Amino acid sequence: MNKIMLIAKREYFTRVRNKTFLISTFLLPIVIVLFIAGATFLSIKGRDLQNIAVQDANNYFKGNLKNSSTVTFDFPTGVDTTNYTQKGYTGILVFPKWDGNSTFNYILRSPKQLGFTAKEDIERKINKALEDKMLQQQGITTNLLDSLRKAAPGANMTELTDNSGERKTVSSGLSYGIGYACGILIYIMMFIYGAQVMRGVMEEKTNRIAEVIVSSVKPFQLMLGKIFGIGAVGLTQFLLWFILIFALTSAVQLFIPKELLLEVQQMQQSGIPGTATGAQSSEAAQKIYNFQQTMGTANWPMIIGCFLFYFLAGYLFYSALFASVGCMVNEDPQEAQSLMLPITMPIVFGFIIMQSAVQNPNSSLAFWGSMIPFTSPIVMMARIPSNPPMWQIGLSMALLIIGFIGTGYMAGKIYRIGILMYGKKGTWKEMMKWVFAKA
Amino acid sequence: MNVLEAQNLKKYFAAQKAVDDISFSIPQGSIFGLLGPNGAGKTTLIRMITGIFYPDSGNINFNGRKFDAENDALGIGYMPEERGLYKKMKIGEQALYLAQLKGMSKSDAMASIKQWFVKFEMESWWNKKVEDLSKGMSQKLQFVTTVLHNPKLIILDEPFSGLDPVNANLIKDEIFNLAKNGSTIIFSTHRMEQVEEICDHIILVNKGKKILDGTVKDIRNQFKENEFRLGANTLPEHMHTHIFKVVKHKPDEVIIKLEDGVATNDVLNYFIQHDVQVHAFNEVLPSLNDIFIKLVEGTPEARQFLQS
Repeated sequence: MNKIMLIAKREYFTRVRNKTFLISTFLLPIVIVLFIAGATFLSIKGRDLQNIAVQDANNYFKGNLKNSSTVTFDFPTGVDTTNYTQKGYTGILVFPKWDGNSTFNYILRSPKQLGFTAKEDIERKINKALEDKMLQQQGITTNLLDSLRKAAPGANMTELTDNSGERKTVSSGLSYGIGYACGILIYIMMFIYGAQVMRGVMEEKTNRIAEVIVSSVKPFQLMLGKIFGIGAVGLTQFLLWFILIFALTSAVQLFIPKELLLEVQQMQQSGIPGTATGAQSSEAAQKIYNFQQTMGTANWPMIIGCFLFYFLAGYLFYSALFASVGCMVNEDPQEAQSLMLPITMPIVFGFIIMQSAVQNPNSSLAFWGSMIPFTSPIVMMARIPSNPPMWQIGLSMALLIIGFIGTGYMAGKIYRIGILMYGKKGTWKEMMKWVFAKA
Repeated sequence: MNVLEAQNLKKYFAAQKAVDDISFSIPQGSIFGLLGPNGAGKTTLIRMITGIFYPDSGNINFNGRKFDAENDALGIGYMPEERGLYKKMKIGEQALYLAQLKGMSKSDAMASIKQWFVKFEMESWWNKKVEDLSKGMSQKLQFVTTVLHNPKLIILDEPFSGLDPVNANLIKDEIFNLAKNGSTIIFSTHRMEQVEEICDHIILVNKGKKILDGTVKDIRNQFKENEFRLGANTLPEHMHTHIFKVVKHKPDEVIIKLEDGVATNDVLNYFIQHDVQVHAFNEVLPSLNDIFIKLVEGTPEARQFLQS
């Protein structure tokens, strides 16, 4: 036990002290955030500004077609399909005479094909304008329409599930989001850390240090030490990310004005949105309040607890398999690729099941996916936020524990022989033979 | 007292009998040569002694008790033929780690590392990485990590390969030193001249079986072929006689093989009678190299590939 600790400590510290660990831990979330922000920014800014000339034979649209930041409509005279580009327009809409009954066919001409979003935007605006026009013809003024729309109260659906023991409402959008995020995170982490175990084993084997070490400790101890050490690195990374998220959200709160927070607090006390004492609550406060309310519906201790369990147990399950692949490989990394395939396939498969499980957490596919240890860490994690029955969670966990004891035992046997085996190409057939060989 | 006793060790793999009924014992403080061609079963034998493999049958006694790999690891230092160290790890930390894995406490390990690093002039290496070292340097480091924990039994597999003569001598002196201080050394190599120089006692293994066991002197005597070297200016006509055959003839030296029942003085008398000035006459013992080749040559390659 002492020696396992020693090995785990070495594995842990050589990795945590490594610059790439710090970089991946702190830069990765920042890169992801920047990436998302950048993509959003580009999709907003990068859109071409469309300046459309309109030829309206019915005189329907003047005053009804609303300009936006990306599209402007103009009703010039003396502009037609032959000269609109010279006059500085990016496109021209031609509305022919229309009787008001049949389908309205109109033409949009432009030198280049318009982007999908721009086209959608224009189409939506025209349909809206047409609708407004028809309402106006029935005597409803635009002002009346606008004020009606503003005054209409928002409708809120609350979903109650009757069969899951406790009656708790969970925002399904939220459980979808959390489930998806957790599933992806476990998927990625299992790949990253499983591959690290494999590379570590390969390093020891190709460095030939394995023989020195196994003359001091048992191969099984070496394998366990390595797996534990690298697992601890994973946990450290999670912990750092957790702290990072906490720090970031606190930092964000610093930038929210005091009055706004006060309003939110008042809403929380009264329990009803929009009834802050005195002044009408602002839209921003409303949003923050709603966000907090939604986040509050999730069972966070349960989610975090299960996440840690499924990460660790899933990691133990797969890292043992990765270790046995690592010890089969000789110098050639290509060999590792082909040997890895049978291990990576179920992980990818789990990821695919997970995508359907977040949408339909109680389907039988989701159920079986969350029971079989090969896929359960990913699939069950996706189901957790929507509160599956306790017995299913328990069974899934028990099966996973049995699973990793099984893979650990198997890997131990393969590892013991493989780590000292040189010059022979490893195959899965060979590995199976070792598993059933006598000690 | 014998540090190590191996009794009827057997280890069969699916493809071959790697070690087939080998027994030997090694007295404390001796330097023991384990010889054999490639694939003879030396590495398997060593791996059983170091506790990496369990023998299929047979016993290993270490220090008079039954060998227990877990607890006796501290008593054994093993330097495999294929050297290995963590390339990216700092040298000091690496030595400390390997010593601790053997079961040393941190403070003991530090003290021992300091002592050895000073002895081998390696103090300045502490914060270097193994990848920064030359081959010879990392060889020295490997040797140090093998003996750091002051093991009773040290197993060295080709310890001099890749070392320049200066460093080889440094290690050789250290091996003698360790033996003098009571450590027992198993020395495995193909370099027979080193064996003759260093080892007290050798065994020769071939195809999983022990085919030779004894002190270097005894074995050379055992294989002597009644050959003598005569330092004298001889002529070809002197060589026609029934008392010896000529093995090799040079103008100032001749190697002769005496016929059965011929005494050395008969030879001297023969040359005195022919008025040849003899200035040297001594017995030629076969070198271990010759014995090795004689015993091993002709046997088919031990490690055959299985048809699959």
